Amino acid sequence: MARRVVDRDGWLAAARTGRLVSLWATDRGARGFAVSAAYAAAGGLEWLELPLGSATSYPDLSRHFPFAARMQRAAADLVGITAEGAQDARPWLDHGAWTLRWPLREASIRLPEREPSDYPFVRVAGDGVHEIPVGPVHAGIIEPGHFRFSVVGEKVLRLEERLGYTHKGIERRFTELAPLEAHRLAGRVCGDSTVAFAWAYCAALEAAASMKVPERAAWLRALLLERERVANHLGDLGALGNDGGFALGLAQFSRLREDWLRASHEVFGHRLMMDALCPGGVAADVSAAFLTKLEKDCARLESELAELRSLYDEHAGLQDRFVTTGRATPELAARLGLSGLAGRASDQALDLRCDHPLPPYDSLAVRKVVKRNGDVAARVLVRFEETAESLRLIRLLCEGIPAGEIRAALSVPGGEAFGAGWIEGWRGETLVALELDAGRVRRCHVHDPSWQNWPVIEHAVIGNIVPDFPLINKSFNLAYSGHDL
Amino acid sequence: MWRTIKLIARSGIRTEPLPAVPDAPVERLQDEIRAILGRALAIRQVDAGSCNGCELEIHALGNPYYNVEGAGIRFVASPRHADLLLVTGPVSRNMAQALRRTYDAAPEPKLVVAAGQCACDGGIFGESYASCGRVANVIPVDVVVPGCPPTPLELLKGILAAVRRGR
Repeated sequence: MARRVVDRDGWLAAARTGRLVSLWATDRGARGFAVSAAYAAAGGLEWLELPLGSATSYPDLSRHFPFAARMQRAAADLVGITAEGAQDARPWLDHGAWTLRWPLREASIRLPEREPSDYPFVRVAGDGVHEIPVGPVHAGIIEPGHFRFSVVGEKVLRLEERLGYTHKGIERRFTELAPLEAHRLAGRVCGDSTVAFAWAYCAALEAAASMKVPERAAWLRALLLERERVANHLGDLGALGNDGGFALGLAQFSRLREDWLRASHEVFGHRLMMDALCPGGVAADVSAAFLTKLEKDCARLESELAELRSLYDEHAGLQDRFVTTGRATPELAARLGLSGLAGRASDQALDLRCDHPLPPYDSLAVRKVVKRNGDVAARVLVRFEETAESLRLIRLLCEGIPAGEIRAALSVPGGEAFGAGWIEGWRGETLVALELDAGRVRRCHVHDPSWQNWPVIEHAVIGNIVPDFPLINKSFNLAYSGHDL
Repeated sequence: MWRTIKLIARSGIRTEPLPAVPDAPVERLQDEIRAILGRALAIRQVDAGSCNGCELEIHALGNPYYNVEGAGIRFVASPRHADLLLVTGPVSRNMAQALRRTYDAAPEPKLVVAAGQCACDGGIFGESYASCGRVANVIPVDVVVPGCPPTPLELLKGILAAVRRGR
């Protein structure tokens, strides 16, 4: 990670050439405000910072990166600094019910408890157009969010998302925790990506402390991350079958997922592998007998997966629901910055495990799975093939894991220090940008790829029928909590 | 078709016996639920701000191992159809109103199970400008199920405890 302080020209120049990963604001008290942007550069992650002093605005990036608009709105809610000339100035995470205004400012303003305020959705008018409001409490067992559909008959003319319902003050909470404890909070930013976020946090802290984790610890982290990927893909493949009307798919995949989670519980002590990572390494070692077991599980799952894939492929009714549904064409995906798993299903060939491999990925030659169709079917295929690839990687990890320590001592730097962790979770690139000062967390920004991908769903559903929305939404399976923070 | 049938046959029945609850072991959950409610148990799940970890385990209740539908428990789409609300998360201030409205929409008599550490006591998120903390700070709670997240078995035991308490 390279960190650079830039001026306004440098801020805008970077936007013309780079690929934006995340944007956030910081209040440094007497030193004033700053806005930061993380870019994916050829040599790795670049963290740019534009100091603002007492000014409260900065050059807008949403004209270069449409998805930046929501990050800028979040920065306005949290720190009270705004993008100059941004088109959409509505609050995003702040629904009007918080008891602090600008909660990430050092001097935030106390507010009384009150009910959330109304949100001005964009209205679509015309003959026969009506609105369907959905959420925040949904019909199924899913996280809360609001979807406002404008439809004619069954056809979706426009979808507007409203998120932020699960905002529970995570970034402020980070500043109240000791740096060596806060990985537990990182592991609870988004329950399905606990390993990815915990790894990103630990990597950020380790970078800030200029230390390297032992080789065996890195291998165990990769083992955990690939297991998390497989667990989520199995869950999604079942749910997608079910949403397509193929209940057998759900029964079979949820059986496989349960077997997988039970093995995680047996080996790592937790079904979702929460708190398995810690700063400096991992919490516990894995015995040779367990490594052999995990390796054997892969072979069994591989053959079951191949059989289920051919069932899915050959099921005409299912393919009819999947193919051409919820399309994000490669052109649209490139324009809107679709990333991660969903991006790879729309020809956006980005995968940190291949493009910027951390150890041990640099020695594993991860195969990148890329499809071009950008529909539900493509996102299903990416999951099938990535699961198979992860099973191959888990085998390599179990066979090749070096002996040695699983944890190294980490001493938190006493002065000002910066670090970033950038990890390819199952959903896509997960970022933690950490600022330490006097041995405490001054700012910890966490970023889930859902920030990039949520706006794309608004486009992918256009022209589809309303009953296909659950299927389309599931095929992206984006985070609410990981986004709302 | 033939391959599908073969797969089903080979997978067999994976459903495990339902958990015993310490004070009153239950052999036949379905009978007990029927005796208490006179019908199946309908649950409306509400994520009031969780990290999604609890939801993953609630989902698992439906897999062939726990097969709660087979025991007469089902998750319903509307609070108006629900006997029990299964609430997760520290209640975010952005969700407090929606949670209260969901509670009000459920018909009496209703049970509330607060599932997961955050729902019990606010968990690692606690109370803050954005979080009301535990579920009981917002709506009345009958039973709490600790755990981060609670396992499917622990969830099931909590649901059974609430049903028994509601008797």
